[in-house]
This record gives sequence, structure tokens and C-alpha cells, in this order.
Amino acid sequence: MLVDFFLQLKQAKVPVTVREYLSLLEALDRQVVWGSVEDFYYLARLCLVKDETNFDKFDRVFAQYFEGVTALGEELETQIPEEWLRKLSELVLSEEEKSQIEALGGFEKLMETLKQRLAEQKERHQGGSKWIGTGGRSPFGAYGYNPEGVRIGQDGSRHRRAVKVWDRREFKNLDGSVELGTRNIKVALRRLRHFAREGAPEVLDMPGTIRATANNAGYLDLKMVPKLHNKVKVLLFFDVGGSMDEHIKVCEELFSAARVEFKSLEYFYFHNFIYENVWRDNQRYRAERIDLWDVIHTYGPDYKLIFVGDAAMSPYEISMVGGSVEHYNDEAGYVWGQRLLDAYRDAIWLNPTPQGWWNFTQSVGMVRQLMDGRMFPLTLAGLDEGIRLLSKIQR
Amino acid sequence: MKFSGTDSYIATNDLNLAVNAAITLGRPLLIKGEPGTGKTMLAEEVARALNMPLYQWHVKSTTKANQGLYEYDAVSRLRDSQLGDERVHEIGNYIVKGKLWEAFESEQRSVLLIDEIDKADIEFPNDLLQELDRMEFYVYETRQLIKARHRPVIIITSNNEKELPDAFLRRCFFHYIRFPDAETMVQIVEVHYPGIKQSLLKSALETFFGMREVPGLKKKPSTSELLDWLKLLVAEEIPAEALHSKEPGKSIPPLHGALLKNEQDLGLFERLVGMSRRGR
Repeated sequence: MLVDFFLQLKQAKVPVTVREYLSLLEALDRQVVWGSVEDFYYLARLCLVKDETNFDKFDRVFAQYFEGVTALGEELETQIPEEWLRKLSELVLSEEEKSQIEALGGFEKLMETLKQRLAEQKERHQGGSKWIGTGGRSPFGAYGYNPEGVRIGQDGSRHRRAVKVWDRREFKNLDGSVELGTRNIKVALRRLRHFAREGAPEVLDMPGTIRATANNAGYLDLKMVPKLHNKVKVLLFFDVGGSMDEHIKVCEELFSAARVEFKSLEYFYFHNFIYENVWRDNQRYRAERIDLWDVIHTYGPDYKLIFVGDAAMSPYEISMVGGSVEHYNDEAGYVWGQRLLDAYRDAIWLNPTPQGWWNFTQSVGMVRQLMDGRMFPLTLAGLDEGIRLLSKIQR
Repeated sequence: MKFSGTDSYIATNDLNLAVNAAITLGRPLLIKGEPGTGKTMLAEEVARALNMPLYQWHVKSTTKANQGLYEYDAVSRLRDSQLGDERVHEIGNYIVKGKLWEAFESEQRSVLLIDEIDKADIEFPNDLLQELDRMEFYVYETRQLIKARHRPVIIITSNNEKELPDAFLRRCFFHYIRFPDAETMVQIVEVHYPGIKQSLLKSALETFFGMREVPGLKKKPSTSELLDWLKLLVAEEIPAEALHSKEPGKSIPPLHGALLKNEQDLGLFERLVGMSRRGR
């Protein structure tokens, strides 16, 4: 009974177990619901799904299995967002192919042709190499490749090159409430715990009490000590936007785990590389910036420094005055990087791109050199290694 | 024994079904949902509706699982022994019962609320697996097996601050309280403020749902904030027209401090309103 349904759920990657399936059967047996498909739907969901993020998957399997059930309501409608310029596919091109694609001509001409085509084109388009749309080889549209392309309807660079970004980037704040798969990360971060007794004495000090009682000729003399607290302090610097878009999920997980694990956690965002100021709110990062000197002066040298970023950028962004992509920086990026490293001796850089790719980007090498080789991939193993290093230099 | 909401608590069909399934099968019911959707209230209302005693165990970050079962107060026993108190010979005098024990011992079936289980250490739910499953536990000091006389209705709430372990989830029923739609909201308000002017309610709800749509709010106003706000509106005798006079989103509603509770959200909202005014 309902075995197929159970197996289909399993296939759709809803985490269901036999135990939960049996409890559904038990509930049916005890006639918790009777005769209503809608009630059965609620009951099945109650028994089988234990996380609201899986509700959607469950709904789809349910609808498919119980064909003809139409009473599911609004959830189903949200699954067919038919958006103009939505990313559906991506072009995977080798370097060779990329070089084969000819650029169309000068910038002026590009803009002119774009206007023309926008006027000609009336429907959604994807793929192909002339019309504006996503995933194609036309110079107009997003998620495709043409060396002189103009991006439309895309919120970040994919191939890290474009003549002009039309839509202004909206960086996403890392969501601290995302909890998927953070358990492992938390366990790794726990290694950094550094306990110390501070504050009001409220816990019984066993050895102290025994010693004092012995000194007191056997009469009880209670001694109290302050409770153990996790004393470690962490500064987190996140690279956001642009090339980091594909790593948002893993960064959110790290961020949410770190927020729970460390009481003294301060976080800041930067774009590509550290310059004279950073920010804490990506919605308003143009308005509310924090001077990096203030950061250094506010948080003492006992803080541990963790950078999270892919370190993929143009080498000028690190080495040159005025090299930043966002503004004119009076001092080169590496000067600011070095200042931070001088202020905080315990520092690591976590890189979400796979370690095998690091050698292909020059800037990664430069950052690694700056960090004295203390760069680790943002995987569980890498995180483990990095945290181990941080706790080793703990004093 | 069937639960179907009370005169002061509007429960949707799926929530009723979840509670009734938990009652019938004697399984713990895990409740999640946006803050202010009445997760904690549910246990109180179930207890009231079904006339059962309610035991509340509010979990904090320092709460340990065995505090819910019992605690052995060694320090006061040691002190009593020094003072020559007679009580010291009976170890049972120093066993302090926890909420779970009290609920298990109850003469009639009871409701046990384990509130905000996600606040505790991540190992906390794992330490309660056996107790919630078999509804029994062993007291080592007195070598007693405590078994529930009647399986209590256990309602557990979580705010999603920590992920709960799979083994724990498998033993629970899970229900996510969705944010109420406009229709349910009218019922909820009706229950709390009977006879509120329809025109005021209508424009207040419009403003409220409009405010929830504002992008980028750190904390969206919830049901409990709406109820507080309505209380203020009624107390200040603000007419419906004051809420309705301009297009929604283009004016700051009166007493909006009751809906938005942090200064960043207030700032954002005021700026958005200012912008849309200029944009007109």
C-alpha cells in the first residue's frame, strides 16, 4: 500500500525513511483521516516531510502520483515562473571555441545594433547566435559568451568580462538563517573553541571545595568559579557579488554556522579585495561603509581573521593604486591586506573554488603569497585544516 | 478527543489535523513557522480545549536534556549531612523532578510543551530520543524506572536557529505554520477584537500586508504585532480614513512603530516611502 508513492518520494530526493512510512500507515489504520484527499495530503506531509524546504518537492510527487488531484492550490502555480530572460542553460565553451567567436566590432556599433535588435525582437529567446536572450552566442543577452558582449537581465559576470553591465548588481545578503548542511561545518568550527572562565562565580569548583574543606578540618567550605565561556573572537570578511555568485550557498552555510558557534563574531563584506573600507549591509553598501582603520582599532589583536573569497580578479586589483573595479583606491589592495595581517597574526583565507583550479588564476597565487600560503579550500577537509592551523597558533 | 481550535485561537484545517494525529498516535508534534504565528500559544490552547493539565518546559541555551527528567541535588545533601539533618538518609529527598517526569506522572493525560528546542545545544534533541519514543526513563540514583501513565501530548516548537538531528525528526510529526492569508487573518482579529469596525479592519489589513511586501525588511511584522497595532489604533481612535487616505506604500501609517521593531527596518521603510513620494 502506497509503496510506489514512498519510492517516488525517495527518488525525488525527499528524505523519507521506512519508519516514517510506517507511521503514516499506522495513522491511516487508526483512521486519523477518512475519505478526503486533502486531509490525506496533510497527513502524509505531516508524517513524511520534516523540513519545510522539502514541501515543494513533496507537493510535486504527490500531484504526480495522485493524478487528477487539483485541490493543491497555489503552491503548484509558483513552479512555472515563465520569465523573460530567465537563465535556462549555459553555454559550455572551451578556450578554443571562445577564441573562434569573432567580436562584432566597436562599442558604439554594439549599442546601435542592440537597439535595432531590441526593436525587431518581440519574443523570449534563448540560445542561438543572433537574437537577444540568455545562454547564446549573440553579443546581447546574458549567461552566454561573446568577448564584447552586453549583459541584459543578469546580475553578475559569468566569464568575468563584459563591456557594460546594464542592470545594476544587487548583492544578496548572506542569509544567517539557512541551516542546510551546516551541522558538519559547526563541528569543524568547534575545534576553534577556546574556553576561559570569566564573569560571576556560579559553578561549583570541585577541587577547590575539596581542598578548602580539608583545610577546614572536614567542615564543608564551598568554592565557586565562573562558568566556562567560549572566548574565541572571530572577524569574518566575505567577498560578495560578481564572481562569488556561484558560491553563495556554501558561504551562507558557513556564515550561519559561524554565527551560532561564536559569540564574538564580527563580519564584513568586501568586493574582490580589501581596500580602505568595508561594509556590513549589502543593500546599502554604497552609503554605509566602515573605514578599515576603524575595524583595526576597534577589534583587538586577539581576534582571529578569516577571509572568504575566490581571490579571482585582475592582478591590478591587488597590486596597483587605482586598480579597484568599484572606485579609485588611493592605496593598492595589498597594502591594506598587509595592514590587516599585521594587526591580526592569526589569519586564514578560505577559497570556495576547488583547489585544482587555483593555479589557473594569477591573482590566487598573489593572495596566497600575501597570506603566507594560509589559503584553504572551502570544503569540510579544507575548513578542518584551516581551523586546525588557527587553533594551533592559539596562545 | 478532537481539537478544532478554540474561541481565542483560530487553527487552520491542516493544523487541526496535525494536532489530532499527534494525539491519536501519541507522537511528539514539532511545530515550526515564522515568529509570531502562535506556535507557543498552540500548546496552551490544546490543553485548554481538551481540558488537560499543561506542563511547559522553556528551553534556553544552557538547558541540558536531563534537567527535563530530574536533577540530583548533591550539594544540598552534602550540606544536610554536615548539619546532621535526618532527611539525608533518603536519597529520594534530593531528586528534583523535571517537567518530563511531572508530565509522565500526571493522573490524567497531559500536554507537554517543549518550547524553542533549537535554542539548546545541538546534542540536546539526541539526548531525548529514548524518552520521547518509549515515554520512559531510568533514575540511576534510586534505581527506578519512570514510565508515562498516559502518553502526554508533546508539542515542540522550533525557530529554525539550529538544524535538528534526523533521528529526532524521524520520531516526530512535523507541521509548518504558514503565515495566515487575509481571510484567516480577519478571523483571528475578530476573535481578539470582536466588533472592531469593518472599515478600520479592512484598511489596517491592507496596510499590514502591504508592509510585509516591502523588500529587504529584516523582520517582517507578524500576527502578534498586527494585534498589538490594532489595539493601539482602537485605543487612539484613529479613523479608517487616516490609514486609507493615500495610496498604500506612499505614506507612513500612524503608530507604525508597533509593526516595525528595529531601527534599520524603520529607517528603510521611511526612506522607501520618501522615495516613492518624490517619485510621484
